[in-house]
Amino acid sequence: MWFGMMILFGTSFYYSIKYLRDFDYRNDIFARHFAGVGSFFGILGYLTGIIWVNVTWVTDQGQSLGSVLKEPKLIGAAIALLIYGAYFVLRGSFTDIDKRARISAVYNIFAFAMLFPSIWIIPRLVGSLHPGAPGSDSGNPALDKNDMDATMRMVFYPAVIGWTLLGVWIATLKIRLSLITEKNILEVKKSD
Amino acid sequence: MNKKVIALLLKDLLLEFRQKHSFYGILLYIAATIFVLYLSMPDTPESTVWNSLFWVIQLFVCVNAVAKSFLQENRGRMLYFYSISSPVQFIAAKLIFNVLLMLIMSLISLGLFFTFLGSPVADFQLFIGITILGGIGISLVFSLMSAIAAKAQQNAALIAILGFPVILPQLLILIKLSKSAFGEVFRDGAVLQLAGLTILMDLLVVVLSVILFPYLWKD
Repeated sequence: MWFGMMILFGTSFYYSIKYLRDFDYRNDIFARHFAGVGSFFGILGYLTGIIWVNVTWVTDQGQSLGSVLKEPKLIGAAIALLIYGAYFVLRGSFTDIDKRARISAVYNIFAFAMLFPSIWIIPRLVGSLHPGAPGSDSGNPALDKNDMDATMRMVFYPAVIGWTLLGVWIATLKIRLSLITEKNILEVKKSD
Repeated sequence: MNKKVIALLLKDLLLEFRQKHSFYGILLYIAATIFVLYLSMPDTPESTVWNSLFWVIQLFVCVNAVAKSFLQENRGRMLYFYSISSPVQFIAAKLIFNVLLMLIMSLISLGLFFTFLGSPVADFQLFIGITILGGIGISLVFSLMSAIAAKAQQNAALIAILGFPVILPQLLILIKLSKSAFGEVFRDGAVLQLAGLTILMDLLVVVLSVILFPYLWKD
């Protein structure tokens, strides 16, 4: 699900850049819905992750759930959710459509560019319990050979692809819906 | 090009000198917050507590100091700047000004922290260096956030909402980095690596601000 989330946020980022290049309102709709579905997947990933952590990491040696959740990788994910929360708050604070689209595109690009390097870099510098910590030969979470055995990978990669496709499908449904509901605005925009 | 940046920078500095009340306001804010901490904390707090308090205070000081940089410009004045300078020059002047302001503020709050809360720091030069680095990073991010928030209506609260998640990764690195000044032993080269990472992120912020600000600016 994290994979799906990152890909969806990446797509949203791409459409924000595209919006700033040609100011086509359709790109704003695309960016908005990809970010929305991405956040939804992020929340799902966090919730299911907590269940998994409760089973595997919380032992009877005095760790509480709170101390376990201070994992660098989980912090990164939580920050991503906060950022996209802020993105939607920012969107909500405008009444003018063009201004909203432009300024939230700027924030989206800035936040994405700040966030993802740190998600990708910081966890590789510090140790953690999560699979793929520096202790386990390489710092690549999820992509390393040694972290997962063959049967796990047989489940993992199809799951990544499946969740991503599902996310893209949900996003395109929402995009098509708002392309129809906001048809009037789009037509007005085209005619100017 | 450079001349205009300097002129805009001088204008901001001059404005700050003429309207000293806002500058003193922030100073008083720092002093009051640290005094509250002094009263509410034990006499010599542990180094980890000291460290996290210090960076949280830095964050809030920065929100207050930098936030007004775009809010104070009213529409008419913005229009005037629009006609005499390019957006890149404008944002460059603002970034430099905010960095200077924040540097002064962080050094003052560092001094107050040492006076009121004692000092668990083992390596002063290193910690001052980290403070300067952190001050620069935080103020750069919040400059752009304040530019974004100035465009929205309920701006003061929005700066915190927009800025905090974005600054978090950098703040975590800084907190980790400053542990090295408390005498915690790091793996060889780890300190330089982390410091390099913060500098790289600062550069990234500058580049992004220069690229993105022109879109914020036209209205």
